[in-house]
Amino acid sequence: MRLLARLIASLTVLAILVAACGGDDGAEEPDGTSAEGGESPQGATGAGCALDEVDGDLNLYNWSEYLDPELVTAFEEQYGVDVVEDFYESNEALLAQMQAGAVYDMIVPSDYMVGIMIQNGLLAPVNGEAVPNLANLAEQFTELPYDPGPEYSAAYQYGTTGLGVNVSAVGEDFPRSWALLFDPELTADFPGGVSVLNDPREAMGAALKYLGYSLNDTDLEHLQEASDTISGNLENIATFDSDQYDEALVAGEVAVSHGYSGNMIVGIGEAENPDDYEYILPEEGATLWIDNMAVPANAEHPCTAFTFMNYILDAGNGATLTNWNYYGTPNEAAMEGVDQEVLDFYAPTFEAEGLEIIEDTGDYEINFTDYLAQAKG
Amino acid sequence: MTVSEIPPTPPPGTPPPPPPGRPISKPETAEPVTPELEAASRRAEARRGFFIALPSFIYLVLLFVVPLLLVFVYSFATRDATGQTVLEGWNLDSYRRLFSAEVLEIFLRSLLLATVTTAICLALSYPFAFYIATRGPRVRNILLVLVMIPFWSNFLVRTYAWRVILGSEGPLSQISQALGGEPFRLLFTNVAVLIGLVYGFMPFMVLPLYAALERMDWHLVEAARDLYADGWTAFRKVTLPLSMPGVVAGSILVFIPSLGAYVTPALLGGARTVLMGDYIVSQFLAARNWPFGSALSFAVMFVMLVATIFYFRAGAKTL
Repeated sequence: MRLLARLIASLTVLAILVAACGGDDGAEEPDGTSAEGGESPQGATGAGCALDEVDGDLNLYNWSEYLDPELVTAFEEQYGVDVVEDFYESNEALLAQMQAGAVYDMIVPSDYMVGIMIQNGLLAPVNGEAVPNLANLAEQFTELPYDPGPEYSAAYQYGTTGLGVNVSAVGEDFPRSWALLFDPELTADFPGGVSVLNDPREAMGAALKYLGYSLNDTDLEHLQEASDTISGNLENIATFDSDQYDEALVAGEVAVSHGYSGNMIVGIGEAENPDDYEYILPEEGATLWIDNMAVPANAEHPCTAFTFMNYILDAGNGATLTNWNYYGTPNEAAMEGVDQEVLDFYAPTFEAEGLEIIEDTGDYEINFTDYLAQAKG
Repeated sequence: MTVSEIPPTPPPGTPPPPPPGRPISKPETAEPVTPELEAASRRAEARRGFFIALPSFIYLVLLFVVPLLLVFVYSFATRDATGQTVLEGWNLDSYRRLFSAEVLEIFLRSLLLATVTTAICLALSYPFAFYIATRGPRVRNILLVLVMIPFWSNFLVRTYAWRVILGSEGPLSQISQALGGEPFRLLFTNVAVLIGLVYGFMPFMVLPLYAALERMDWHLVEAARDLYADGWTAFRKVTLPLSMPGVVAGSILVFIPSLGAYVTPALLGGARTVLMGDYIVSQFLAARNWPFGSALSFAVMFVMLVATIFYFRAGAKTL
């Protein structure tokens, strides 16, 4: 029994030590460059890579169903390396993995998460010499609030957050507005009601946009108004859902569904009568999100990673990628090769005004979660 | 039935016979046992027990105790501006927030849902377990397998099936329409959540109840009836107290997962009312407020622990 007690005690101490050490690392990273300079491999990540240089297999950490397997095979054959792909489901899961010390050569975080990772010293600067195809990016994807420069990332694909509308259920002349989610009089007639994303930033952001505010607004009174807007229409909001919103729409369970462009468009395409549905961006403006390729500061094969980045940013490969995953391409040179079908889907995005990128609001961020919880009551 | 059929019961005052299966530590032999030998044998047994339990012990410490300690440590940490958890400046802010009106409301709501789920499960399972336990061995085994069959498919898949059943195109709605009624939808209501939870957790209630009832000595009920107890009194005074261990175990097995339920409220309730499980997940994934999420998790565990101890005590008293 004494042995048992000792074992518990030593493991407990070990756990606390691990926790404490982890904490020290975490605390030092944000204030940045000195820590990086001290550990030479981090400071030197990929700085000396030449064009098309490879220094090992590519360990890629990506969203699922986001990369055409044929592009991977072609890359493997061309450069004689293997690509090992792992998947994550959310930016937060990705961040937790990277902070826990996971080692990957390339990750694909979304906009606001790129900003957070830069602040925490998790990303290596992009080596421009190894990635000449950066020049293919459209201008608006090189002026980014989360990564000015851009210094640490290169846009991979983009999309929007808008509304899938069952036109046969709501009628031809519906307003192209967030009123489709939040106006009690309008939505009361919708068979099955509406579906809102169960995501504090997206749900509160949609309500803020409806009220005419920025979705990055940090005024608590405005957030309270947004919360009241949602709670004022709870009767007609059938569900808060971030996973099955496209299925619920085409199954006829809801008449209007709040969701991400790519999934919604694919869901509509697989419906029995795709013509009955439309993906719209409300006139008040909506969320624009951009996923980005980035090389972690602790990457083991940064040269392969930059070569891969350059490969994806190639005009032909960029078109292949978009034709495969139906998301928008930030690659201007690739536009020529993109199928008309995909271009049609993204036509509303090109014309839309008031599109905004979600920015991290720092300490204010927790309010979005609290006010959405409050709205649901 | 005659008195002679009643099994002989020991006269009051004699110690109960040792339960079967447990090793008798003090063999009542005529040989004198020296205290040293006895102590050595006890030590040897303890050592053996320790080594047998070692693999599961290491497993539990590494994968349960250590992560739990980490959660505990995190609950006193601070969220920095980027949402990263800073393991310094230890404080009780997260625990203080637990007592805000909003959190208490969410907590009470989850508590209510878990209690109602447990009560419904118990009310439905007891007669069923009673029925199974009183069948012959063949029928009993078939019924038990039927109870366990749902476990062969994934819980998520089964919950999705309920989405269809309770949806506006589902069989319930179609029957209503065939009878000339309106199409109706239970999906995305609290009733749907309750149906999903009761469905999902009922086997956890049936199996311990069955185990308790099956072990019961039915001669005791016969004795009660012989002593002029009516059916209800015999149940209340004999069967129910003897099956209490099953009631306690089943209730705990249902109550605890119901309190933290996440998938069922999200899929069947449409996440329209905030429950504890959803709230904790959103602290970790949306607000990136790990300290508060950790404190919430610990608060839930604390309530579960208190409820379990309380329930065990109450159950033990009736035995």
